[in-house]
Amino acid sequence: MTHEVALTVNGVHRTARVPARRLLSDFLRHDLGLTGTHVGCEHGVCGCCTVLMDGEPVRSCLMFAVTAAGHDIVTVEGLAAPDGTMSPVQRAFQECHGLQCGFCTPGFLCTVTALLKDNPRPTDDEVLEGISGNLCRCTGYQNILKSVHRAADLLDEEA
Amino acid sequence: MKPSPFEYHAPRSLDEALGVLAEEAGAKVLAGGQSLIPLLNMRLAAPAHLVDINRVAELDTIEVSERGVLVGALARHTVVERAADAARVQPLLREAIRHVAHPVIRNRGTVVGSLAHADPAAELPAVLAVLGGEVEAASARGRRTIAAGEFFLGPLESALDPDELAIAAFFPAAPPRTGTAFLETARRHGDYALAGVAALVTLDEDLRVSGARAGYLGVGAVPLVIDLAEPAAAAQAGRPPGTLDWSAAAAFARERVDPESDIHADASYRRHLVGVLTERAMGAATAAAFEGVR
Ligand SMILES: Cc1cc2nc3c(=O)[nH]c(=O)nc-3n(C[C@H](O)[C@H](O)[C@H](O)COP(=O)(O)OP(=O)(O)OC[C@H]3O[C@@H](n4cnc5c(N)ncnc54)[C@H](O)[C@@H]3O)c2cc1C
Ligand code: FES
Ligand code: FES
Repeated sequence: MTHEVALTVNGVHRTARVPARRLLSDFLRHDLGLTGTHVGCEHGVCGCCTVLMDGEPVRSCLMFAVTAAGHDIVTVEGLAAPDGTMSPVQRAFQECHGLQCGFCTPGFLCTVTALLKDNPRPTDDEVLEGISGNLCRCTGYQNILKSVHRAADLLDEEA
Repeated sequence: MKPSPFEYHAPRSLDEALGVLAEEAGAKVLAGGQSLIPLLNMRLAAPAHLVDINRVAELDTIEVSERGVLVGALARHTVVERAADAARVQPLLREAIRHVAHPVIRNRGTVVGSLAHADPAAELPAVLAVLGGEVEAASARGRRTIAAGEFFLGPLESALDPDELAIAAFFPAAPPRTGTAFLETARRHGDYALAGVAALVTLDEDLRVSGARAGYLGVGAVPLVIDLAEPAAAAQAGRPPGTLDWSAAAAFARERVDPESDIHADASYRRHLVGVLTERAMGAATAAAFEGVR
């Protein structure tokens, strides 16, 4: 038994026929070929698979594609401008060395993009609370913290 | 890992949802999925049918009155956490939700789902229990109200029948001159707690403590509520209002919990935490009660 799933991904209308048990993370990666969304744990702990659904960050490994039908999804591939210019959050991570291997980065970028929309000038504590659900095995988080503050500056300058 | 196959139902109304639950034995409700989907992914659960209630808009409600807060089955943790009027009527709700997982999990997880899941280490069951709240259940057979004291039967076991949907949970308002506090100890921020306490202190018109209660998580198979009226009397004996000593309450609570050991903490450490958290939470709730009357 399969289901026709129609949704918007990075501004583009997409459809695919999938079984009900297809996780949104696998739907994005396998059915739509958008491998920017990473999968680390599949039980909600690591945060690598975080995408934006109707603007809010959610775990794509803890949602079925059939539940996401009709919604608006943004993945890491959708953060840059159409001409490829990286978003302020992406540039800040690059400038401040907010990544090393990059495995966790798609999840951080989506989480931080939403965090700064909600709270354009977060304190250190607010940043730590905001990213507490994303694990990074490389950076030790200090440069990620710096990246978030730098992204806040860039967003401010470009507003 | 991936979930095993199941038949998917996406009802648009409560009646339709109850119809599927009545017809399909072994159907499970899918709300936020933040507890259920990890279990499916790890194949610890493999229901034949899933009833996804995310499109049942009539369940996406929060009703706040002077009596308390009625949270509908689709109200997400984040939405309840942000509801200022709900926090005014019953501050424990927001205080506890801030300890539930991480913000991204709270965007999807629901308050009622957290109660139905009945994890003894979860925050909201302890809050419902200490407040003496209720769960409203519906099935094709009719409706009933289940008191918190009868709702939690064991670890991951609620009093809901297989064909029942929890449609809402009622968190009673704090009585006048009441202060609240929620404290827990977890290994890492956002993890399930090793132990936690939801505390309420009520003052009478002479600013004497007239009620003191605490609800505990992580220290038993179900949330535990302890009436601390007795140590409250000792706490204020011969002391001016506002300078209470809750150390006797700590000992009182320690004697009444029977925690288990697991890989996260042994029983004696959990018992120790109960004492420390009780003393701190009762102190903070007392301070909040005095703050409120000033
Ligand atoms: C990484 C991580 C950390 C977490 N940390 C915490 C934590 O610290 N504290 C905490 O309390 N929780 C924690 N959670 C769980 C989270 O709070 C869940 O959202 C919540 O426990 C369940 O809500 P849900 O809406 O996601 O329910 P679901 O996952 O959809 O359902 C859970 C169970 O309840 C049943 N159910 C749900 N809604 C209903 C209903 N209306 N009627 C009948 N049955 C229903 C389902 O059938 C299922 O058995 C964590 C989750 C993750 C992934
Ligand atoms: S893969 Fe989704 S949180 Fe780890
Ligand atoms: S950069 Fe390697 S896990 Fe974060």
